[in-house]
Order: sequence, then structure tokens, then C-alpha cells
Amino acid sequence: MSLIRRRFDALIIGAGGGGLRASLQLSRAEANVAVVSKVFPTRSHTVAAQGGVNAALANVLPDNWHWHMFDTVKGSDYLGDQDAIEYMCRVAPKLVYELEHYGVPFSRLDNGKIYQRAFGGQSQNFGEKQAARTCAAADRTGHAMLHALYQQNIRAKTHFFDEYFATDLIKNEEGAVLGAIVVSIQTGEAMLIEARTTLLATGGAGQIYRTNSNALINTGDGLGMVLRAGIPLQDMEFIQFHPTGIAGIGMLITEGCRGEGGYLVNGDGERFMERYAPNAKDLASRDVVSRSIYLEVKEGRGCGPNKDYVLLKLDHLGADTIMKRLPGIRQSCLTFLGIDPIETPIPVYPTAHYCMGGIPTNRKGEVVMPVKDTPEEPVPGLYAAGECACVSVHGGNRLGGNSLLDIIVFGRAAANEMIEHMKENRYRLPMNEASVEKAMDRLHRWDRKGEGETVDGLKEDLKKAMEDYCGVYRTQELLDKGVEEIGKIRDRLPNVYINDFSRTFNTARIEALELENLVEVAMCTVVSAAARQESRGAHSRVDFPKREDQQWMKHSLYFSEGDRMDYKPVRTKPLTVDSFPPKERVY
Amino acid sequence: MAVTNSDPTLASLRWQCRRGMLELDLFLQRFLLHGYADLNQQQKRDFIEILAFPDQELLEILLGQVSATEQHINEIAEKIRQCAAL
Ligand SMILES: Cc1cc2nc3c(=O)[nH]c(=O)nc-3n(C[C@H](O)[C@H](O)[C@H](O)COP(=O)(O)OP(=O)(O)OC[C@H]3O[C@@H](n4cnc5c(N)ncnc54)[C@H](O)[C@@H]3O)c2cc1C
Repeated sequence: MSLIRRRFDALIIGAGGGGLRASLQLSRAEANVAVVSKVFPTRSHTVAAQGGVNAALANVLPDNWHWHMFDTVKGSDYLGDQDAIEYMCRVAPKLVYELEHYGVPFSRLDNGKIYQRAFGGQSQNFGEKQAARTCAAADRTGHAMLHALYQQNIRAKTHFFDEYFATDLIKNEEGAVLGAIVVSIQTGEAMLIEARTTLLATGGAGQIYRTNSNALINTGDGLGMVLRAGIPLQDMEFIQFHPTGIAGIGMLITEGCRGEGGYLVNGDGERFMERYAPNAKDLASRDVVSRSIYLEVKEGRGCGPNKDYVLLKLDHLGADTIMKRLPGIRQSCLTFLGIDPIETPIPVYPTAHYCMGGIPTNRKGEVVMPVKDTPEEPVPGLYAAGECACVSVHGGNRLGGNSLLDIIVFGRAAANEMIEHMKENRYRLPMNEASVEKAMDRLHRWDRKGEGETVDGLKEDLKKAMEDYCGVYRTQELLDKGVEEIGKIRDRLPNVYINDFSRTFNTARIEALELENLVEVAMCTVVSAAARQESRGAHSRVDFPKREDQQWMKHSLYFSEGDRMDYKPVRTKPLTVDSFPPKERVY
Repeated sequence: MAVTNSDPTLASLRWQCRRGMLELDLFLQRFLLHGYADLNQQQKRDFIEILAFPDQELLEILLGQVSATEQHINEIAEKIRQCAAL
């Protein structure tokens, strides 16, 4: 197969909010930018974010960035890096106003200011009363952001490679990243994109779980690419389960429902969150609510014939509120479940929702890894932002509304750093043909004909195993078994074959490439989870129920070679304010 | 001998049905499996047309929250909706 070669200053892999915010910054700085996306940009997963984006604008209730910072550090269960968190919370208002100028039609108050809703984990005055910090464009905030950023990019003349699938990073012997191999989904042709700087913005990996809230495209491709390049992934044991997924389907029922006054009841009709979080109740942070639901079901107080879910009650809110504020949720229930939440409570159960972990970066978006005695040495030419990155502002647990913020803040910061890097490094490094060849060999593996397992079959087994052994509730026994089972699944990969060898729109081949990434990410997640013997944020261990700051207030790093774990300290020192020392997390 | 997609249009449609939200994935994957084959040529063209809608609008049409101005779009939306509860 001949290889097409193209050259750009900057290559952005991923056209969600993170990628598009970065490409806009670069294009406006007159860099020659290529954005590669496996789906049409405005079909990226950011489009699904309905709740909103956090910024301490203080339009509805008193607020300031320092309170936002406190909530984020506390929400992270003290695993978040406080320098990055300070940076994010401080710059948030500016970037939200900037989005407004880009054309995001935020909902408004009567006085014309941006409307802000209350989300879980938000407080005034460092942990006191509920705050209202989430800016929303009705229930289509992500959609509005993505479309506005896309239009701005078109205006700034960003070059898009739509429906191209990135397979591997290209590196030289010194470890510098030189670009990536991408494949046109339409024609099947491979292309080498050489770039002086490469940014990964490939989003999350919710598809490693059977029940999840993510679109099918969220297969952790960027994470797989990084592992194959010998770079570790950070804090991958921290998977946020959203407490209210539609039972059995995984689809999300937004926290907004509880923000509007909805609440959870168990099989006895009891409002059980009052027991677990007496103050915040149903608006306690996501890990607390998820675990509470799990416990209710585990202890036999679930609802339904199999007592395997709880109910989210909205019927007391009245038809008007539901139709006005939560129309999408009502319609989803009517369509996919045949029930009307105006009259009937919704069956819910925790669903895998968000990966707190990811590609280790510093607050400038540079990908960093331990080299000799330096724990955070930048990988030359490589950057990451958005859900695939771990900067780490979410630590052990992300607060609702902080991800849309993360992607714009660090998409922009990474782009600024890329611009700096290009100013300082004016020349392109020579291509490393050996690395190109290796990537092409991996790609050609799927041209092999033979009889064996199917992509779908292996994927199903993988997702089921992750749900069984590495879900909301974790023990050493379960996790060790998980490592063994996922290991066996990984060993079965070479025996997987596809039987479609056509060139155009060969989705079988793309799904096979995605499967390889899913397997790598799943393995990384379960190995990291088995190693962390404490409970923190979303990582909840029955056998180690306490947070152990002495031993475990550190970031984990997983290397795929030998499934090896390493650790590095949390950055507890903010940029300008005092650090928030770890405290027990009560809501 | 190279094995090819039996229906090249279907192959491309399968990728057009990969969207940014789980709800749309559910709607469209279920329809490809259970509804698409029964469409006549005109309805297949309508399906291609509805896939060009932006995700959020498509979701609202499929959920019946808004109607499209063109009747044929509403008709194909109804067919997709009928497959959703399968
Ligand atoms: C249902 C739902 C609701 C949510 N609601 C909120 C909310 O209200 N507020 C909030 O703050 N957060 C919310 N989140 C989280 C938030 O939406 C995501 O974390 C965020 O949008 C991720 O953005 P991103 O730019 O990192 O990636 P994405 O938007 O996921 O984009 C990833 C991009 O990478 C591309 N890509 C991936 N792999 C490849 C490859 N191999 N080759 C080429 N391209 C590739 C994709 O095509 C896509 O363009 C929600 C998440 C879900 C699931």
C-alpha cells in the first residue's frame, strides 16, 4: 500500500470541544493546522453534554473562583493537582464569556446575564450552602459549544480531515513525536501526517464497560496510541459512574433532574440519600450517590422484579416543570422505556460515564512521563487535552460541569504551549521510517485472512468482564480475577479476524482497530485498580474502605510493557493561594 | 479474491450512524438492524437525508420533540422511532 504524506505545523487528533478549542487558537496564530476526526467534527461526543459548563460568574448566587477551586479539590478527593485546578478555576469566567462571543447562546436571566444552575458538589464559602455555577445553553450546551467552535475554525481556515482514523503515533529514537498514521475511512488509504507538534484530544473510553453513557465512538483510541508509544497512562482506576443511568441501557438521566428537585427512592419507597448524605442528599457528588445506589440494591432494597435498580422520582415536580426544564429526558423515557416521568418514576442504576484518568500532562498540556530521576519530563512534540488527558483537575472524581470547562481551558493552554514550542524549535525533525513501518505493519495485521474469533464476540466478553470485575464496587479478589480475565481476553486478540477486506467504508476494520484500543485501556484500568489499596473518589474498595493519604495520595502510572505500575506525587501546591490540605469528604 | 461489502451504500451508512450521543447510536443502530432493509428506494434516500441533520436536531426530531418542515423527514423519523423500543 502506498503511503500518502502530508506536512503540517500542528496535528490535532480529535475534533470535540478540546480539539477544536486548540485548533482555533493555533489557526488564529497563523499556524498550519490539521484536525483529524474519525466522525464528522460536530458528531463528536461533546455534543452529548447537556448539563453545562462551570464558571464562578456569580450571576445567580454569590460565587468566586477560589470557592470553585475548593470544591474541585475536595471533589477530586485530594488527588487533583492544585496548580492546574487553580489555573482552570481562575480562567473559567473569561473562557465562558469568550464562548459567548464565539456564538454560544447561553440561557439568560431576566437581567440579561447568563443563567446558572446548581449542580452536585458546588458550594459557597468553602463548603457551606449550595452554589449555582453551571452555565447552560438550555439542554444543548455541548452541542452549542461544538457548533460555535467548528464555525470559528472554518472561519480561521483550519484544515479538517473528516472521517479519518488515527492509528499510531510516529516517534524518533529520542522519543520525540513526529506525527501520526491516519486512515481515510472512506477510501481505506493510509496517510502519514508529519507535524512539528501533535495534540491528542480523542475523548473518553466509556465503551470498555457494558453499561455506559457514552457514544459508541468513545473507544479510548488516543489512550491506546499512547500506551503503544511506551508512554504511561495516569490514574486510570478512576472511572466515574454516573449514578442515574437508565437501568439496563446506560443512557444518562442528567443531574439536572435532581437539580430541579427530583430525588431517589428505594424499594421501600424510602428517600435513602438522606441517610448517606444528610446535607447534600441527592445532590451529593457522583461517587457518593453511585455507591449509595449500589448498596441499596446489594442489601436487597432495590426496585423491580429483580430488585436491581432504584427509582428516580420526578412526578412531584409537576408536568409544567418537566415539560419546560427536562423535555429531552421525558421524551427519552417515553421512547426507549415507554414510561412518562410525569406519572412514573424512572428506573436507574450507575452507568460508566467519565474517565478521570488519561494521558499524563502538566497544566500547559505537555505530555509528561518519568525519565530517570525526573517524574515529569515532557515528551517532545506531544500534547494532550480534554477527556483523554489527565492534567489532573478531576483527580479521583470529576464534578458535573467541570469537564466542558477542562476541555476548553486545557485545549487552549496546550495550543498556546504548542505555539511557544514552534517558536523555539523552528526546524522539523527528520522522519523516522522505522516507526512508520512499525505502524503500517500493525495496520496490515487486519488484512490477514483466517478463521477465529469475531471482533464483536471479543468486545462483548471484554465489556462484561470489566463490568463484573472492575465496576462501582471493588475488592482485591474481584480485581485480581479481573486482571486475569482481561489478560486472557488480550491473549485472544491475535486470533480475531475480520472477513471484510473492501477498501471503502470498511467499518469492520475500524472496529477491529478500536477493539485493540479498548483491550489496552481495559487492561490498564483493571491493573491500576487492583494496585490501589484504598478508597478514594470513584475508586471504592470494600476491603480498603478508607482513604489512606499517607500511602496513597499519589498518582498512579501504568506502562503497558510488563503491565507495570509506577507512581508520582500529587501537586498539592497551587499557583498563588494556600494549598487545601486533605480532609474527610462529607457532603 | 477480495471480499467486498455486499452493499456499499450500507457500509457508508453504517459510519454515518455513528454519532456523538448514545441515544442516537441506539436509534440508528437498531433501525439499521431492524428497519432499513424494508425501506423502498425513496425511503432509503429519505434516510440518507435525515442522517445529514446535526446530532441535537436529529435527536429532537427522533424523540418527537420537534417536527421537521418536510413531511417525508417526519415519516422516516417515525419509522426510526418505531424500531427504538425493540
Ligand atoms: C451523556 C454525557 C453528558 C455529559 N454532560 C456533561 C456536562 O453537562 N458538562 C460537562 O462538563 N461534561 C459533560 N460530559 C462530559 C463531556 O461531555 C466530555 O468529557 C467532553 O465533551 C469530552 O470532550 P473532548 O473534546 O475531550 O472529546 P470528544 O468530544 O469525545 O471528542 C473526541 C474526538 O476525537 C475523535 N477521535 C477519537 N478517536 C479518534 C481516532 N482514532 N482517530 C481520529 N479521531 C478520533 C472523535 O472523532 C472526536 O472528534 C458528559 C458526558 C456524557 C457521556
